[in-house]
Amino acid sequence: MTNHDIVVVGGGPAGMAAAVAAYDAGCTDVVILEREPSIGGILMQCIHNGFGLHKLGQELTGPEYAAVYAKEVAKRGIKVYTETTVTKVTEEKEITAQNREGILKIKAKAVILAMGCRERSRGALNICGSRPAGVYSAGTAQKLVNCFGYQVGKKAVILGSGDIGLIMARRMSLEGAKVEAVCEVMPYSGGLTRNIVQCLEDFGIPLYLSTTVVRIHGEKRLEGVTIAQVDEKRQPVEGTQRYIPCDTLLLSVGLIPENELTRLAGIPIDPITNGAIVDENCQTAVPGIFACGNVLQVHDLVDYVSEEAERAGRAAACLTTDTQSIALETKAGYGVRYVIPQVIRSREAGAELFLRVTAPFGKVRFVVTDGEKVLHTAKRLKAAPGEMEKLTLKPEMLKAATGPITVSLEVMA
Amino acid sequence: MKFDVVIVGAGVTGAMLARNLSRYQLSVCLLEKENDVAMGASKANSGIVHGGYDPEPGTMKALLNTRGVALLYRAAEELNVPCIRNGSMVCAFSQAEEAHLEALLRRGAENNISGLSILSGDEARKIEPHLSGEVTKVLHVPNAGIISPYELTIAAVGNAMDNGVSLCRNFAVSAIAKTEEGFVVTAESGETVTGSYLVNCAGGNADKIAALAGDGFFTLIPRAGEYMLLDKAEGYKAKHTLFQCPSEKGKGILVSPTVHGNLLIGPTAIPVETENSRDTTPEGLAEVVELSLRTVPSVDTRQVITSFTGVRASEKSGDFILQESKTVPGLIHAAAIDSPGLTCCVAIAECLTALLAQAGLSLQEKESWDGTREDICAFREMKDSEKDAYIKENPAYGKIVCRCETVSEGEILRAIHQNPGARDIDGVKRRTRSGMGRCQGGFCGPYIMQLLSRELGIPMEQVTKSGEGSQMLIGELN
Repeated sequence: MTNHDIVVVGGGPAGMAAAVAAYDAGCTDVVILEREPSIGGILMQCIHNGFGLHKLGQELTGPEYAAVYAKEVAKRGIKVYTETTVTKVTEEKEITAQNREGILKIKAKAVILAMGCRERSRGALNICGSRPAGVYSAGTAQKLVNCFGYQVGKKAVILGSGDIGLIMARRMSLEGAKVEAVCEVMPYSGGLTRNIVQCLEDFGIPLYLSTTVVRIHGEKRLEGVTIAQVDEKRQPVEGTQRYIPCDTLLLSVGLIPENELTRLAGIPIDPITNGAIVDENCQTAVPGIFACGNVLQVHDLVDYVSEEAERAGRAAACLTTDTQSIALETKAGYGVRYVIPQVIRSREAGAELFLRVTAPFGKVRFVVTDGEKVLHTAKRLKAAPGEMEKLTLKPEMLKAATGPITVSLEVMA
Repeated sequence: MKFDVVIVGAGVTGAMLARNLSRYQLSVCLLEKENDVAMGASKANSGIVHGGYDPEPGTMKALLNTRGVALLYRAAEELNVPCIRNGSMVCAFSQAEEAHLEALLRRGAENNISGLSILSGDEARKIEPHLSGEVTKVLHVPNAGIISPYELTIAAVGNAMDNGVSLCRNFAVSAIAKTEEGFVVTAESGETVTGSYLVNCAGGNADKIAALAGDGFFTLIPRAGEYMLLDKAEGYKAKHTLFQCPSEKGKGILVSPTVHGNLLIGPTAIPVETENSRDTTPEGLAEVVELSLRTVPSVDTRQVITSFTGVRASEKSGDFILQESKTVPGLIHAAAIDSPGLTCCVAIAECLTALLAQAGLSLQEKESWDGTREDICAFREMKDSEKDAYIKENPAYGKIVCRCETVSEGEILRAIHQNPGARDIDGVKRRTRSGMGRCQGGFCGPYIMQLLSRELGIPMEQVTKSGEGSQMLIGELN
């Protein structure tokens, strides 16, 4: 058993930013455990641009954005274990990991969980039909194309208009494949507006809303899919079935935070976000264990991942967070799917609230209330489930608050 | 190539026969039309060791089930195949069904099954807390169990190969000729194999093989069974294998834990056109959900990680066909091996061996025969200190490739190289569980393709999901 002050599980954008922030806050004994051969995480396969506009003031590709942080990690001499997989984290902050050298046991003062998320699979969707080759989750196809240098198919249908699906529609088109359609089961797209314009409209790829894939055909390699329109209950509408021949089906149907280690450590999980329940410093219900990035909540922009992780890193370094202090609970009200943090421990520092809306809205006003009392309002010209919202509560707003702090949405004329 | 015995079909029946014959001084060849073994009903079934109360007394099924349970448990231990004696329950929801339990209990006694008892619903819920409150009585079958059917088949073929049996894959039989040399079996590729004796273990295609051999006296009726496999998070919802009584709504929808800790629900029983009708359907899966919730109402079917269909090879008589051909001497049939075929597989192998001896095959035991096989996945059962020592000797075991099921590169390399080596992604999956977890291969898939490419010496574009025609990639980027 070796000792370290802070162990960061995962060297993606969240892990790197957390480690750097912790170091800069005065904790120099930080290590990162990364399962892949290099740090950078999923950014390494995101070779398109659009990263960093908010946080770094420049438009970078995924690997470029990762390199900015990897350089900061290296500059500080933060120890990185690559090809090292964490298999267990305990409440006592003992970490078990393994790599080609053997089993590592580390006792930490603080642990930052930054394992990211995974894609929902075909099995989880329970699409009927056969089980041929050629059905990929969009991220898997992205890895094969961008990191391994192979083309996965010639004629594709994409199910789900999440950002990875949209990006892959463009990527497949650029590599000479014909993307026949993007189908989205909801009546609106879950992706960023800029991606719908740049990845579909610019390439003439049709987006079918309220439409899903109901059957997969082909014994060995995919031969086609049957798509159908769905009603309000997302059930296929009889008579709308249509067969599309294709050799590839990409699934971009949602991301799930990878919280297996979190659950093993006995940390309570929020059933809506599928991430840990945290306070404003990203600290979980187990003191000294933090969670940040996509393992906490699925973000739309990596810039926000970095910011969230920095908060976790600083707090882990200070370990000043008094988990016993009085907590204000937060709640999602009308039109709001979830609010993170679920708990605010300190009234003095103020808090940043992150949330997503339940459906697309036009002009809206977010209202933050403490019981009957309105603490804060913020207007938006539009709000969509695909885009994360941030509301900043100043210390004076929280001064007399007793909780729960509820965020709801009012539709404006 | 000339062999003493040629076996057509590397499902669990052919595999167990090959293993049993490998005890003797014989040359044996196992033919398989797919790129791997256990590709038919042996990979897609309930994985149940049946207690033996169900078959009609006096049938082959009853006889072999009674004898087969203990034989199967022993074989599973020798072959290091995951197998748990978890017991089963048949649930009654009404007085009429309670009467059915009594009938099963009597039938069990006739079949010489011991340990059966009828418990009240409350007694059953004490040991099976998630069982529906609507269950009034259960038949408790302590000797029943669960086993991984494809791992059993793979291990039996591997053990047979370790003891000298040849395996020919991608050998789709297109013609069988009886000559002075014996049975000349020709594949679609033109390849031939000759055997003095021919055993038809061709599962869903056994009727076609019988016809090719000039003895097509039976017709199989394929019946599909759809299943849903749920996440390990749901695994605790059933300790026993929970059956329902047959009813007009269907029969045999079960809720069962698997040896790997998942929850399995299914199967339906729907007549289909061919043995290859392995699609899942909205109606079938809806039935699986509806009926399994009747047994265990708290099952969260949204936790599904995959669904699949197996096709049973049934025959109108309802019993196994295990006999030497009446018209073609030296041809032995093992056909219509539907449930409880898996439970009976070792007993069936014994029976087939006896039929071969009756037909004139001389059985001289080898001086030494090793019926054991090491577990590919023994590593993951080790303690941390043992793992550490093992990794220092074998660094590949330190590198985790499949994160959901914690499968190391070492285990994957072993799956590719240990008899019968995996040749495709699904083959690696069945041997190691890589890609069988929550992400269904999303993360590990590309790395497993790389390992297969490197170890088999084939380009990435030739790596398949499950044999020729199921290539994963279409080529390098321009």
